[in-house]
Amino acid sequence: MLSPSDWSAVWLTFKLASLTTLILLLIGTPLAWHLARTRRWWKAPLSAVVALPIVLPPTVLGFYLLITMGPKGPIGQLTSALGWGTLPFTFTGLLVASVFYSLPFVVQPIQNAFETLDMRLMEAASTLRAKPLDAFFSVALPMARPGFLTACILGFAHTVGEFGVVLMIGGNIPDKTRVVSVQIYDHVESMEYAQAHWLAGGMVVFSFIVLLLMYTLNRGIRMSKI
Amino acid sequence: MKLFKQTLLAAAIAFSTASAWADEVQVAVASNFTKPLEEIGSKFKAATGHDIKVSAGATGKLYAQIENGAPFEVFISADSKTPKKLVEAKQAEADSQFTYAFGTLVVWSSKEGYVDDKGDVLKKGEFQHLAIANPKTAPYGEAGMAVMEKLGLTAAITPKLVTGENITQTYDFVSTGNAELGFVALSQVSKANKLKSGSVWVVPQEMYKPLAQDAVLLTKGKDNAAAKALLDYLKGEDAQAIMTSYGYALPKKAEVK
Repeated sequence: MLSPSDWSAVWLTFKLASLTTLILLLIGTPLAWHLARTRRWWKAPLSAVVALPIVLPPTVLGFYLLITMGPKGPIGQLTSALGWGTLPFTFTGLLVASVFYSLPFVVQPIQNAFETLDMRLMEAASTLRAKPLDAFFSVALPMARPGFLTACILGFAHTVGEFGVVLMIGGNIPDKTRVVSVQIYDHVESMEYAQAHWLAGGMVVFSFIVLLLMYTLNRGIRMSKI
Repeated sequence: MKLFKQTLLAAAIAFSTASAWADEVQVAVASNFTKPLEEIGSKFKAATGHDIKVSAGATGKLYAQIENGAPFEVFISADSKTPKKLVEAKQAEADSQFTYAFGTLVVWSSKEGYVDDKGDVLKKGEFQHLAIANPKTAPYGEAGMAVMEKLGLTAAITPKLVTGENITQTYDFVSTGNAELGFVALSQVSKANKLKSGSVWVVPQEMYKPLAQDAVLLTKGKDNAAAKALLDYLKGEDAQAIMTSYGYALPKKAEVK
């Protein structure tokens, strides 16, 4: 069965994934709206930057984060100057890394939802004297609900499954940076296969349920619209 | 059809004779020995004409790959436990295992003058992070924990430990400055008997169990003359000179057959 250190890793992973998803919703929504609406020249480069974590191996991200957040790197020097110390080996460091890592998984579904939005509805809202922000919250957001659901689930699940980045900047510290994926790796490397199976099997079941939920709910929303 | 069979037969004969005369050997090597092996490999080629193809990785990972049929013929491990397990699993030739070198543990910092030559920096404890390879899986990590135990510092230092997956990652933590210091291998921080950068304390050998590094002939290489030649070459003076220049200690002459 799961040991106390396994449970601690599970809780830490849950905390990391929840906070990452929350931050990404706050950053990702305006970003997705901008990307869906803008026709300026920077649309393509900005989209490419957002999509980078999909194609880059986690070791690349982890390696550069380790350098830029370290004492000689620009982010590291900034955080040190602010009196926060450096970010690697801390939970905050993992959080920053996860936000980078899961960015496209949150931005892209929301952007897709915004792009398929019928703009005539927004125009109708504004002829009824809704301010742009009001129209956004009462028309655009509810219409884009399936996109947000997908974004939340993918952002959360992708952070739970993160491995290379947390291995490279986490430092494997119990209760602080040792998440489930690293704990499983440790079990396997120490040939504690039984413990590895409990956690790894749990991860498979969890991921399946999450994805099943996403596909079922999204289908439900689409059906109710028709 | 007959022609097809004949061609196949001819090809089979051609391949079997080719492997009998093979002058290429597939080597699995622990990451910490990659650099010296490259140098040894080029001298070996000059001396014997045999080529080596090197795959580097963590010892435990290479073990799993070999057990699952990886085509390696020689295994140069970072410990003596893993080659022994391969012998027991009948994946390696029993009488071929030998210790080619001993690893040397050091406390290293990328900052000049940070680590003193007696290791007092550990007792002062003014650092935030001490990097160490996972003691559960890496011999250097285990040795580092033994040293802290000897110094009576385990309880004080444990909250400051950051654990690398192996000594290569541990070295990364220290070299990027994210950890002020860490337990790494002398071979990582020195070349040609000189410290490459930063400051170092070479931990006295009596403070930890010897880090014997063994090599073994794998079953897949037992008919390859080049594989045997490489293992012999590792015991020779040319190879040993390269190993000492990287900070490895040599096994006593009696131990080399």
